[in-house]
Amino acid sequence: MIILTWTYIIVGITFSLYLSIAWLSRVKTTKGFYVAGAGVSPLANGMATAADWLSAASFISIAGLISFMGYSGSIYLLGWTGGYVLLALLLAPYLRKFGKFTVPDFIGDRYYSDTARFVALLCAIFVSFTYIAGQMRGVGIIFSRFLEVDVNTGVLIGMAIIFFYVSLGGMKGITYTQVAQCLVLIVAYLVPAIAISLKITGSFAPQIGFGSTIADGPNTGKYLLDILNQLNTDLGFAEYTKPFGHGGKPMLDVFCSTMALMVGTAGLPHIIIRFYTVTSVAAARLSAGYALLFIAIFYTTAPAVASFARYNMINTISGIEYAKAPVWFKNWEKTGLIAWLDKNQNGVIEYHKGDPFAGRPTFTGEKGSHGQELISNTPADGVNELYIDNDIIVLANPEIAQLPPWVIALVAAGALAAALSTASGLLLVISSAISHDLYYRLINRSASEKQRLLVGRIMIGAALFVAGYFGINPPGFVAEVVALAFGLAASSFFPVIVLGIFSKRTTREGAICGMITGICFTIYYIVNIKFMSGSAWLLGISAEGIGTVGMLLNFVVTMLVSLMTAAPPPEVQAMVENIRFPRGTGSNIDR
Amino acid sequence: MKKDLRRYWRKNLSLMAVLLFIWALVSYGFGIIFVDQLNTIRIAGFPLGFWFAQQGSIYVFVILIFVYHFRMKKIDREFDVHE
Repeated sequence: MIILTWTYIIVGITFSLYLSIAWLSRVKTTKGFYVAGAGVSPLANGMATAADWLSAASFISIAGLISFMGYSGSIYLLGWTGGYVLLALLLAPYLRKFGKFTVPDFIGDRYYSDTARFVALLCAIFVSFTYIAGQMRGVGIIFSRFLEVDVNTGVLIGMAIIFFYVSLGGMKGITYTQVAQCLVLIVAYLVPAIAISLKITGSFAPQIGFGSTIADGPNTGKYLLDILNQLNTDLGFAEYTKPFGHGGKPMLDVFCSTMALMVGTAGLPHIIIRFYTVTSVAAARLSAGYALLFIAIFYTTAPAVASFARYNMINTISGIEYAKAPVWFKNWEKTGLIAWLDKNQNGVIEYHKGDPFAGRPTFTGEKGSHGQELISNTPADGVNELYIDNDIIVLANPEIAQLPPWVIALVAAGALAAALSTASGLLLVISSAISHDLYYRLINRSASEKQRLLVGRIMIGAALFVAGYFGINPPGFVAEVVALAFGLAASSFFPVIVLGIFSKRTTREGAICGMITGICFTIYYIVNIKFMSGSAWLLGISAEGIGTVGMLLNFVVTMLVSLMTAAPPPEVQAMVENIRFPRGTGSNIDR
Repeated sequence: MKKDLRRYWRKNLSLMAVLLFIWALVSYGFGIIFVDQLNTIRIAGFPLGFWFAQQGSIYVFVILIFVYHFRMKKIDREFDVHE
């Protein structure tokens, strides 16, 4: 109960902070609504980008994922940070100089074509919806776990709060609430990580701690990573730090997956759009640096948390009698994130490689002879008896390390900040794609400022409604489609934006053919693997990595077709020339 | 003026090429392709390849962006195209 009280207090304080910021930064113009008046400071924009980027999935799942994947988990760490280098060097400064509102704006103008604008618009909407479905579910789950309400109620509360501050403040409201959310989520991630690092290794910095020696217990004086390799080997897993082979991804796939995630990151519309909000080209470069700085604090802590959690997890429960298992195990059993099936009836929790049973646990509601929650799933072959969900690594971490209740409440507030900030950024992209790119640019060029703002606000409501629907009735393939979102961003936007800036010769026909080839190939390959149980026929590259091939195809097709078609008109070439140097960045203009 | 802009653009491109080379070297080179060889070296408790894949590359990425920002600021002024 004390945890619940703390949660109400901390979540209450942070939420009133977000709502007051939204009220103070409410807007009246489309420029304020789409790009926060292009007056955001580099530091504020960097923090907002970081909050936009660090989603509920990152906050809750990433450490758990790495904990189970060991070295192979690096694809996420490298992919989701390295993309910012591409963004800062290849995209952000030039898009800021171009100075409009959205990604389809750039593609439509640079390729002097409404067809290109429309293709880009569809991609932006699809990528953003794919992403937001998972976020709304995340909001619901976090509310339900920490505030003890129903998941659907949680989704509804989240929808109401997001609608309030996104429709009121548009990009400006989002930006300044995201600054606050960035601080909340990073503090919430660091506090438990530091406490656990001190406990296990005696080192204050988790980043250094996970390479250090263990400070107490039977393994005192040995390197944590050595012990993890040893424990993993004993239980039948691959060594923690060992790359490739033995259940890990092969090198080519690690390479392609990392590349697809990096390029996909740089091509995500809700990240790109943030760089339209700063005052100048230099500010765009600098704010990409600040963004990555905050993201790096998070992503260098995550692998440390992953290894501490793996060590704690194996040490406190593997080979222990259920009767003597720690309290947190029994607390989290109720949520279905961890479950034990006593296959050999000896009362000992035996953890090995392999699935304990098929699918997620279904509890019968009865207790077994040792007091465990009984499960009705069919046992799988193999000796493993333990089911562990990735998410438990971060969620149960404070309890596993016996930290005080306010830390647990802080983690709840951090997870909510992560989910809300990402969801609001995505909603704005969807709303601006429809109200600006579709309604204003393609349907009604004479719409007044007031009409456009109204359409923007209605679209936020509509998009939120669709997102909320998916949150309450999850399609069951959210995890699968995330690969699709990155693959599509990598194979559609990135090549044509980069070529649009760095090659004046790239033509409308080239860009359209390139985008369509890249997208169709990537969709076909991923759908074939994920939904039609096809094989990874291309050199064993997985669905996560295929975006890299789609991107290369896009580059090649765009360049070839460009060479075969008439050069772009002189005014477009002049525009490309003009975005290559900083001077003369005006405020964002409409036409 | 036109010729100056071309030189400015070439300077920008060569700075980018150097930084992107380092970007690829630490992540794809040290963290993926040569990870096995580097893992035989151990620094501060980390196998070196593993460290590049989970820590080192990320620090280098941050530094690269700030280097680009400050170098470009100077180049912008040198060619008088700053704001």
